[in-house]
Amino acid sequence: MASLKALKNRITSVKSTQKITKAMKMVAAAKLRRAQEAAEAARPYSERMAAVMASLGATVQVGPESPRLLAGTGKDQVHLLVIASSERGLAGGFNTNIARLARKAMEALLAEGKTVKLLFVGKKARAPFMRTHKELIIGYIDQTHIKNVAFADAKLIADAITSRFEAGEFDVAHLFFARFRSALVQEPTALQIIPAALPAAAAVDAKPSDAAPAAVEYEPDEEAILAELLPRNLAVQVFRALLENAASEQGSRMTAMDNATRNAGDMINRLTITYNRTRQAAITKELIEIISGAEAL
Amino acid sequence: MADLLTFELVSPERLLSSGQVAMVVVPGAEGDFAVLPGHAPMMSTIRPGAIAIYATDSNVLTSRIFVDGGFAEVNDKGLTILAERAIPVSDIDPAKTATDLAAARAANDEAAIARLEAMQAATVN
Repeated sequence: MASLKALKNRITSVKSTQKITKAMKMVAAAKLRRAQEAAEAARPYSERMAAVMASLGATVQVGPESPRLLAGTGKDQVHLLVIASSERGLAGGFNTNIARLARKAMEALLAEGKTVKLLFVGKKARAPFMRTHKELIIGYIDQTHIKNVAFADAKLIADAITSRFEAGEFDVAHLFFARFRSALVQEPTALQIIPAALPAAAAVDAKPSDAAPAAVEYEPDEEAILAELLPRNLAVQVFRALLENAASEQGSRMTAMDNATRNAGDMINRLTITYNRTRQAAITKELIEIISGAEAL
Repeated sequence: MADLLTFELVSPERLLSSGQVAMVVVPGAEGDFAVLPGHAPMMSTIRPGAIAIYATDSNVLTSRIFVDGGFAEVNDKGLTILAERAIPVSDIDPAKTATDLAAARAANDEAAIARLEAMQAATVN
């Protein structure tokens, strides 16, 4: 059995760990609220954008002469996986879950004989791939300096993706991030960003009453608007993913730290009981020694 | 005229302004156009320039907001402008715009030059 001194040290150390996890939980809770507000504030734009895309999608036929961001390259050989994770750890299963989903997708693609390229946003999901698939990693976008995700950051990432696409580096791009359901539930999600998934958006937004929309005048014309809209839409999707990711990260961290605090509390209770028992045993032993010593006289 | 137009200006980060106005003049890619209540549905790209808002009367200019490109959509619900960046014209600092423009010209950054020139033009008139 451990000595009294050792037990006491152990209790003090667990107590200070508990203080840290408790503080981290509270910080995460505050940050979560802010992240949720940011996600809420960004909703109108992406909703309008989706509506515009949907109404354009209803009129424009996807053909070989459509913008390539929409029509794709016509091939399905090289896949780019954009994996967004956090820059900091201690967020429960947040990063692991994203990395696991991305790994599954990657392995499925590799098994089909496709070429896979990996682009990381945030370093935490990168580490496991660094060990196993270093040669597939084509880039890493640092997010460490960013406190609150701004649209400019998302645009930077979207531009990096588009320029690679235009250079013909890949045919299909997927974005991996964690969708925020609640502080307890975050869902790792894969979203196809190139070629843009127009018909899906149209299906979601088309209400029966809008089945016959009034003739809309386009200025300049549908194609030109679409060509301008697609890169923006990509940026908006990346932006939304980053916002969802930020909220998910904080939610996940909050839950993880709450659990850690509770576990530390349990551990302190257990250790205190052991400490008291040991102390009592030592006293009893001393008493026995004194009494048996007195009887021997 | 009691009829008013629902006008919304949205940036990716938040809803910048939303309300009932009499008329809005939008700097469309193929020329400025004014949107009054009951305008036919249309969709247009926007060039960098100032949106003029006539809040109560289509003869009285109430505010001007500079946007650097984006989209305008008119439907039966009203006018929606999607802009990445929007600044009220009164908040533009002409001196800073001039220095930025000089820097952009030096760096030969065409997108920035176009944007800053439009910004400068917006402050002049």
